[in-house]
Amino acid sequence: MGKKRKMPGLNTSSTADISFMLLIFFLVTTSMDTDQGLARTLPKPPEEDQLNNEIKVKERNILNVRINKDNYLLIGDDYCTVEDVKERAKEFIKNADNKPNLPELRAKKIKGLGGKTMMVTENHVISVQTDRGTDYGVYFAVQDALVAAYNELRDELAKQEFGFKYEYLTKEQQDAIREVYPQKISEAEPKKYGGQ
Amino acid sequence: MSRFNKGGGREMPEMNTSSLPDLIFTILFFFMMVTTMREVTLKVKFEKPVGTQLEKLARKSCTSFIYIGQPTDALRGQFGTAHRIQLNDKYAEAPEIYDYVMSDRGELPEADKPFYTVSLKVDQRTPMGIITDVKQVLRKAYALKIVYSANKKQD
Repeated sequence: MGKKRKMPGLNTSSTADISFMLLIFFLVTTSMDTDQGLARTLPKPPEEDQLNNEIKVKERNILNVRINKDNYLLIGDDYCTVEDVKERAKEFIKNADNKPNLPELRAKKIKGLGGKTMMVTENHVISVQTDRGTDYGVYFAVQDALVAAYNELRDELAKQEFGFKYEYLTKEQQDAIREVYPQKISEAEPKKYGGQ
Repeated sequence: MSRFNKGGGREMPEMNTSSLPDLIFTILFFFMMVTTMREVTLKVKFEKPVGTQLEKLARKSCTSFIYIGQPTDALRGQFGTAHRIQLNDKYAEAPEIYDYVMSDRGELPEADKPFYTVSLKVDQRTPMGIITDVKQVLRKAYALKIVYSANKKQD
C-alpha cells in the first residue's frame, strides 16, 4: 500500500538482432540491378488494305543492312564487319558531300535553331533484315552501332550549335537536333531468305 | 598525482545501444524502397549482349519481362537445349505472349498504360526467328515499346 513500484524496462537488446535478420532477408531476396537496355518502338501492325501496297522509297534513300544465318553482314552491296556499321551509317545519314548514291538532301528550316536552313536527309531509312537463324547478339550489336551513329551525329551538331553535348541540352534544343537527324531504323517485315 | 586517479580501477561505462534498432530499421526501410522483389525464378539461362548506347529502364512497375534462352542445367534433361520463351514462371510459346501482355497491361492504372514497356531479356545466341515471332505478337497486341535488355560494355 505504500510506494508505487516502478515498471521494469523491457529488455530491448535483441531488437537489433531481429531487425538485422530482416535486413539480411531483404538483401537476399531482392535484386538491385537497374535494368538497362536499348529502347525501340515497334511499328504498328499492318492494316488489312495496307498489306499489298508497300511504301515506295527511292533506292538511294535506303541503307540495307542484312545479316545472314552465318552472321555475315552485308551493308548495301558490300560485306563488312560490325565495326564498320557505325561509320557507314554516319556517312549515309549525313551525306555531307551530297553524293548521288547517298540519300537526297533537302533544305529544311529548323525553328529551334533560329530558323536556320539545314540540309537534311529526312527521307532516309535504315533497314535491318535478318534471317531466322541469325544470332541475336549480332543483331543487337548492329542495332547498338546504328544508335551510336545517330548519337554521335547529334552530339556533333549539338556541340556545333549550342556548345554542349546532346544530352545536356534543353528539351526544345534536343527537338531541334532531332529534326535534323531523325532516327529512322526500320524493323523490316520478316522475310525468309538465304536458307535456314 | 593521486588527485587524478582516485578510486582505482573505474569501470568503463556501458554504451547506450537503445538507438541501434532504429538505425538498422532505417537501413532496412531504405533497402525495401530501392530494391524490388525478384519477380520470377528463372527457368532459362541467358547471357545478355553488351552495348554502349543503353538507357535505364524508367518505370519498372509498367514493365513486363520476357525471357528467352536455353533451359537451365537442371531442366535440360527434361526440355532439351532448344531456346525457349519464359513468361512468369513457365515456358510458353510465342502466341501466348498476346494474353500475357493483355493481362499485364490490363492491371495497370489507366494513366500508366501509355508507358507500358516490354523488356526482352534474351540470350546472345538465340536465333532471330524466335525474336521475330515474339515481335510480331507484340505488334499485334499493340505493345510497341520494347527494350532489348543488355549489359553496359566495360572498357
